[in-house]
Amino acid sequence: MIKLIWLVPLLPLIGFLIIGLFGKKLSKSLVGIIGSGVVLGAFGVSLGIFLQLAEGAEQSTTIDLFNWISAGKLSIPFSFLVDPLSSLFLLIITGIGFLIHLYSTGYMHDDEGFSRFFAYLNLFIFFMLLLVLGSNYLIMFVGWEGVGLCSYLLIGFWFKNTAYNNAAKKAFIMNRIGDLGFLLGIVLIYVTFGSISYHDVFEQAKSLATGTPVLTAITLLLFVGAMGKSAQLPLYTWLPDAMAGPTPVSALIHAATMVTAGIYMIARSNILYTLSPDTMAVVAVIGVCTALFAATIGLAQNDIKKVLAYSTVSQLGYMFLALGVGAYTGAVFHVMTHAFFKALLFLGAGSVIHAMSGEQDIRKMGGLKKYIPITHFTFLIGTLAISGFPGFSGFFSKDEILAHAYEHNKVLWLVGVLTAGMTTFYMFRLYFLTFKNTFRGTHEQEHHLHESPKSMTIPLVVLAILSLVGGLVGIPEVLGGHHFLEEFLAPVFDDSHFRLVHHLSHETEYILMGVAISVMALAIYFAYKTYVTDKKLPAAEGDELQPVHKLVYRKYMIDELYEAVITKPLNFIGEGLHKVVDNQIVDGLVNSCGYVVNGVSGVIRKAQTGNIGFYVFVMVISIVLILFTQLF
Amino acid sequence: MITLLLIFFPLVAALMLLMVKGEQVKKVALAAAIIEFVISIAAVVQFQHNADTQFEFNKPWIQSLGISFHVGMDGISLLLVLLTAFLVPIIILTSFKKTYKNPTAFYSLILAMQFALVGVFVSLDGFLFYVFWELALIPIYFICLLWGAEDRARITFKFFVYTLAGSLLMLAGFIYLYQHTANHTFDIAEMYAAGQSLDIVHQGYVFWAIFMAFAIKMPVFPFHTWQPDTYTTSPTQGTMLLSGIMLKMGTYGVIRWLLPVAPLGVEHWAHLAITLAVIGIVYTSCIAIVQKDFKRLIAYSSIAHVGLIAAGILAGNTQGVQGAMIQMISHGVNVVGLFFIVDMIQSRLGTRDLSVLGGIRNLNPQFAVLFLIILLGSVALPLTNGFVGEFLLINGVYQYNAWLAAFAGLTVILGAVYMLRSYQSIMLGETNAVTAVFPPLEGYEKAVLFIICAAIIVFGVYPKPLLEISEPAVVKLVDNFRTAIGK
Amino acid sequence: MSAIQTIPINWYLLLSVVLFTIGVLGVLFRRNAIIIFMSVELMLNAVNLLLVAFSSYLSDSKGQVFVFFIMAVAAAEVAVGLAILMSVYRNSKSTDINDLSRLKG
Repeated sequence: MIKLIWLVPLLPLIGFLIIGLFGKKLSKSLVGIIGSGVVLGAFGVSLGIFLQLAEGAEQSTTIDLFNWISAGKLSIPFSFLVDPLSSLFLLIITGIGFLIHLYSTGYMHDDEGFSRFFAYLNLFIFFMLLLVLGSNYLIMFVGWEGVGLCSYLLIGFWFKNTAYNNAAKKAFIMNRIGDLGFLLGIVLIYVTFGSISYHDVFEQAKSLATGTPVLTAITLLLFVGAMGKSAQLPLYTWLPDAMAGPTPVSALIHAATMVTAGIYMIARSNILYTLSPDTMAVVAVIGVCTALFAATIGLAQNDIKKVLAYSTVSQLGYMFLALGVGAYTGAVFHVMTHAFFKALLFLGAGSVIHAMSGEQDIRKMGGLKKYIPITHFTFLIGTLAISGFPGFSGFFSKDEILAHAYEHNKVLWLVGVLTAGMTTFYMFRLYFLTFKNTFRGTHEQEHHLHESPKSMTIPLVVLAILSLVGGLVGIPEVLGGHHFLEEFLAPVFDDSHFRLVHHLSHETEYILMGVAISVMALAIYFAYKTYVTDKKLPAAEGDELQPVHKLVYRKYMIDELYEAVITKPLNFIGEGLHKVVDNQIVDGLVNSCGYVVNGVSGVIRKAQTGNIGFYVFVMVISIVLILFTQLF
Repeated sequence: MITLLLIFFPLVAALMLLMVKGEQVKKVALAAAIIEFVISIAAVVQFQHNADTQFEFNKPWIQSLGISFHVGMDGISLLLVLLTAFLVPIIILTSFKKTYKNPTAFYSLILAMQFALVGVFVSLDGFLFYVFWELALIPIYFICLLWGAEDRARITFKFFVYTLAGSLLMLAGFIYLYQHTANHTFDIAEMYAAGQSLDIVHQGYVFWAIFMAFAIKMPVFPFHTWQPDTYTTSPTQGTMLLSGIMLKMGTYGVIRWLLPVAPLGVEHWAHLAITLAVIGIVYTSCIAIVQKDFKRLIAYSSIAHVGLIAAGILAGNTQGVQGAMIQMISHGVNVVGLFFIVDMIQSRLGTRDLSVLGGIRNLNPQFAVLFLIILLGSVALPLTNGFVGEFLLINGVYQYNAWLAAFAGLTVILGAVYMLRSYQSIMLGETNAVTAVFPPLEGYEKAVLFIICAAIIVFGVYPKPLLEISEPAVVKLVDNFRTAIGK
Repeated sequence: MSAIQTIPINWYLLLSVVLFTIGVLGVLFRRNAIIIFMSVELMLNAVNLLLVAFSSYLSDSKGQVFVFFIMAVAAAEVAVGLAILMSVYRNSKSTDINDLSRLKG
């Protein structure tokens, strides 16, 4: 099965080519079948590989396809690495990818760009698979930039809308800022280790001392890449704007898969990070700050997708916190559970928007419970999962992260718990405002309310089940489970884990869980009291807000800040360089050469009197003089 | 012999073309260019993958001065000959619906240009190189002067004088080296030996004399000011010749002549030269961001790309030089594609002002996709041809100096900024009064764009055939360079 | 000993110096282009004379070869020069060189 790994990315690529080249001529149902079918096929192969690995097949296999780039000593094969980490990501990507493809056949059914949409989605899956399958950093980079391209195309999917186009462009450019860091990191890896294949690099890195400066530099550069792709401070602002894309895109790319690429990258390079404690600290701090910062913004948003977007940023921060404290398994675990419940929530939101005929403002929703029961029920499961309700998937992964954070640094833990509370609050705020109480939209909308078609509800149900039981793969020892995921991923993280021994007493773990659960319960209570019992509504557009609230509502004016600090100065510098430096100074110097020549010749030409007699006279005198100097 | 054929076939074709009149001339010119391409493919097929100079031809020319007609190709030359032979038919094809006055002269000049360009890339004699170098200036001067846009007389004059001034310095440098050769000859090997026998100070003089010519031709900041004006005013085919092929004369010159002839000079002055090139990258990218004229924007972006190539070469390591080789090819292909898109838009809508365009994607999705692919090649997305070169170049510069590489890498970001901005203003959004009618693509236009897009993707996914051609020669050249500077 | 050698070389020298000087002064002081032209011819022939004389005295035929060259060139020059003069005259109705100052810088 492992030998068939090349099929996994190839299938979506074939899907992309067929749909992309002939999409206009195919019927919508055929496009849907091809688009979803290839991903399902890839999922099948991935599942086979996963099972083989779980049964103890060779833990790390490299499959060379062809030699891609070589120059001198640098040689980069186009090759894949199959190991537990990549196979787990394969499952997440193809599995959730398939569900979202299926969902899209319903959601995008009436869109004129139906086939284009599926072509882009297939292309995205292809690049995402390259990202996790590559056996060296450059193949990862190929996928990395490729998913960025697909993200650009899909955010700007409705390309007639200037705001959407701007969002797409912003996403691409912000990602590119990170990508530059990543690229330089790759080059530094090459310069340091003479190779960029994971195997060679990690083998050599193991022998280096902890805190080697070059490792710190490498890991920081790679982390810059992760900041861009995984929307961490300060490069996160593209992700909320990216919600301009169709909702399945938000679910697939901007929640479940692409944005977790940064986590994958760091988990993949775990040994490098473990050996650079300074970088780890940076990662943890940036992660926890992002988690908190985005959560506060999430508290005040009224667009259903924006809330989820900020929640995604916040959860990604959580994952970086996990990485920063050395809980690699925890981070990957959270990637997985987050993929389940966030995809579920986004798809649920899509179903809500679908039912509301395109309305995204939760102030205009309410009481949808009775109109769209399946969506409501699955959305509730998702909300409980993200809040970390005991037994749901999010509970286990979050708990694992918080336990590690506590052990590492109590402040990190405290902020983590606070963030978790906020997350619970804004998610339940969202849930209550959307589904509870009475409908607040127009009559027309109310009349039109309907549950989504099967193609959309089936993925919801599947994801709901996964969100419910997905945590079972990682039940901690303290609750009497044995952590399957940790065992499965052990070959990848072993080298790091023996360097980061940690043990909390069972009592402490019980206390930590208790605290987390009580904070969650409190948050649910407050949300319930505010939005169900008191039936409060967020302030309407144009209402005067209190300064702090206003600041949060306006997302701390970060976009405006970037506009003022980066975009405008860049334009100003460009204009200045063009009009003044280039046209006046640099070109002026060149032209002044011409002026000098003109000026000098203007003087010299006076000697040309045009009087032939004078010329002849000068000639004769000169000859005589020359003769004299020669003869005497 | 195949080298001679490659050089003189375009010249013969150009002369024969003078006898053809009327519209037929395009087809004949295209046929000739395609034949030249076939010959170059034949050369590639026969080429042995090693570092030796092959297909050599050496006959004394002006014996008393030690000048011989010495031509031949190693991998480095062959790649550029291939690029020339590949682009010229495309460039001719792009003009198929154009009605230039006096087409006979126009196409003859293009083929004459090809003759000189191939000559530059295969010359193994300093004097011969110089002759071809100057010869290449003549046809392009007339192309720009006779078929250019407004204000062309002033601009082409500046271009001509500026590049000529640079060439003169190169000639001085060559004559200086000639004086130091053992037998007073311009033969390349002897000139290498002569240059390397000089001390570091004199190699520095030689470096600057020769580098100025190349720096102006490429152009490298701050010797670039002739370029945006010239690119903007030239007829599209002239711009393509200039940017697609002619500027590679400069980068090729640095590889073929500068590195071997003055290794110590390069070593000593590379820091300054690379810094200038890198400043140029960021500087011109910033300027490109605020351009309204799409053609001028691409002109500036071209300086940025070439700056990176120059920096990579001067870094003097295998990755840098190999990156430069592959990027020369990629840049040639991509920039021709971009200028063609400018031309298509302008000939349809009568403007190329970004602020008035928009929404063309609604009218012609196919065109939008093709444009996007070329754009992605230009911003060096992985799996397009631009990425391979850019990665190797940044790698090469990084090995020289990490900070310069980081600064040069800003092109990754700034390139995306200006290219996406222009794509958005041209293609996306709603159509407006200017773009209300966009006639569909003609067959020849599709052909050109398909070929270019195919090249972008194929050599992005599988650059090995190109890399293999130049690799042995580059490795040898870099080894010699590094031995000479004692590293 | 040929007839030419019966006269001492100094006389030839003197004669050609006189002729040459007349030519130079003619070029310098006359304003009529035709006369200047004739003066130039005079100078050339002064040199010719000297060349022939030396050739004979030194029994070296190279000098005579030079003379032939000079004569040939002079003939060509006269042809071109007179043609120029003709067209100058047609244009300006004058052969006065002081009138021909249009090329001044």
